[in-house]
Amino acid sequence: MSTSDQQAAPSRLAVPELLIGIGLLACAGAVAWQTLAIPVSPLYSKVGPTVFPYLTMVGLVVLSLLLILAALRGGWQPEEEKETPTDWKAMGFVVIGLIANLLLIQPLGFTAASVIMFVLVCYGFGSKRTLRDVVLGLILALAAYFGFARALGVNIGAGFIENQLNAVIDAFITMLRG
Amino acid sequence: METLGHLAHGFSVAFTPVNLLWCLLGTTLGTAIGVLPGLGPALTIALLLPITYQVAPEASFILFAGIYYGAMYGGSTTSILLNTPGESATIVTALEGNRMARSGRGGAALATSAIGSFVAGTIGTMGVAFLAPVVVKFALAFGPAEYFSLMVLAFITVSAVLGSSSVRGLTSLFAGFVIGMIGVDLQTGQPRFTFGMTELLDGVDVIIAAVGLFAVGETLYMASRRYAGKDEIVPLKGSLYMTAAEWGRSWKPWLRGAAIGFPIGAMPAGGAEIPTFLSYAIEKKLSKHKQEFGTVGAIEGVAGPEAANNASAAGVLVPMLTLGLPTSATAAIMLSAFQSYGINPGPLLLTTQGDLVWGLIASLFIANVILVILNLPLIGLWVRLLKIPAPQLYAGILVFATVGTYGISQSPIDLVILYLLGAAGFLMRRFDFPTAPVIIGMILGPLAETQFRRAMTISNGDWSVFYTHKLSLTLLTLAFIGLAGPHIWAFIEHRRRRGPEHVPGDA
Repeated sequence: MSTSDQQAAPSRLAVPELLIGIGLLACAGAVAWQTLAIPVSPLYSKVGPTVFPYLTMVGLVVLSLLLILAALRGGWQPEEEKETPTDWKAMGFVVIGLIANLLLIQPLGFTAASVIMFVLVCYGFGSKRTLRDVVLGLILALAAYFGFARALGVNIGAGFIENQLNAVIDAFITMLRG
Repeated sequence: METLGHLAHGFSVAFTPVNLLWCLLGTTLGTAIGVLPGLGPALTIALLLPITYQVAPEASFILFAGIYYGAMYGGSTTSILLNTPGESATIVTALEGNRMARSGRGGAALATSAIGSFVAGTIGTMGVAFLAPVVVKFALAFGPAEYFSLMVLAFITVSAVLGSSSVRGLTSLFAGFVIGMIGVDLQTGQPRFTFGMTELLDGVDVIIAAVGLFAVGETLYMASRRYAGKDEIVPLKGSLYMTAAEWGRSWKPWLRGAAIGFPIGAMPAGGAEIPTFLSYAIEKKLSKHKQEFGTVGAIEGVAGPEAANNASAAGVLVPMLTLGLPTSATAAIMLSAFQSYGINPGPLLLTTQGDLVWGLIASLFIANVILVILNLPLIGLWVRLLKIPAPQLYAGILVFATVGTYGISQSPIDLVILYLLGAAGFLMRRFDFPTAPVIIGMILGPLAETQFRRAMTISNGDWSVFYTHKLSLTLLTLAFIGLAGPHIWAFIEHRRRRGPEHVPGDA
């Protein structure tokens, strides 16, 4: 082991880490922009609502510069993470599932959107039995909806499926009472 | 002896049939989520926060405390049988526990960890009961300046001292500050960091932050590394009854682990990593069976860290209940549950909410008893839970993430924020940023700001309050040592090694 080897290895620029540092610096910029937008009443001129945002901004600038410096010196990502190749296909399906949920939850209601997300995420994670996943997703979404929403009193967007089932349950309750 | 009276009263609160049921529900749920990789107590309690609108504070805190303790028990099962730590606090348990399971002594490993958790958890809970009133007497003298300095100390310890890098820990903390500041400033009514969006006026709910970082981020992370290979579940072998020799080798590590874990947990630093690693190192040093460490698995290496883990989990409740100072993500979310009831944890909590605090402490004793039963005779049930395949597990986690988030205000904007935080959580996992400081910064940041502004108002804008008050100065000095100390130490070591002519004693 020669000394030149030892010095060459850590001085390589780490691009992903550099991007993180720059991204954080941009965040600090956004914080500064939003802090300037805070209207300050003269009544609170001593320690107003802007003092902490400014302190946070300074902190973020210093930290992002330190991160950029670390990136220039070769980055910090653990070896184990670097060596594991990213499974883009699996991640892609999870992201598509999340976006589908976001777009469909209002038009179709929680249960239907959840089933679609469930199936897509399962497929991304390598499940090949799609039909079984549809059934599992439906059971889980309904359990979440009725167990969570009705028991905790949380209002989750109801769609076609929920409305039908709610109507059935209400009719059943009326029948029991009557 | 006053404490015993309070405790007796606490048991009368906790022993009502309804509260016992909440305790049973919490411990069962806690064990389950502790066993399941990818789910943790912080995420679970965040998802269950809406319950605070439905039931009395005693009931929901008994439930949350059960989940908190249960996750510690369940996490060790996963560590031992799967080698994937269910919780960060049980990383050390996996070292020896999984080796024991592989060499056919999984039963003994599970038994020593469950009984050790019980012993240390009970000692730790007693510690909470007796230490909390003492801390309260001390804390009553705190003014806003002291509170602010104490919070600075906690910020430094949770982000910079623990973990692999102080810069990355502090970055997480400051990101938490920014998220915490979004919304209307409570003292002046001015909107901050809302980017002109009315949806952001109420701020980012802690549920969204916790679910985004811990559920969505974790799912993306697990999806991204399917090539990393899977850990095999080691079939449970060996009797769950420990032999006399195993008892003999376990009881001292349990007590030592509790003695290490509780004080470290109770300090405004928190974190279970340091006490568990410390306990592991000590047991390795003291053991008469050193050859078993790292080979077939040594029972001392499971008993000590498991006890330390549970005792420190109990210790974390001391600063949380007496000072309103959360030092873990789970404690931070419990603090927001207090806020949801309009209760401010602090030195007055023990007197104004005596029923709640003592009922909670009493229920922790009960939870420990329930947990040791749940985790020994019923262990087979939890092992079955480990067999849930990853695709359905993570897809299911996302369904519950949606329920928890969308249920807040039925706003798709909340889902967008959730996914953005999920993406951030994924990057943080990939690039070794700790996530707990984000949650702590988000909850504790606004409280620190309030104390800061209060102190500055009282002093008429004079900054010197923070260093002329003796206690405040001490706390800030400790924070500075925590931040700069390791660097100065490393610098001195570096100098000493580089210059052989400066060897101490050579002068």
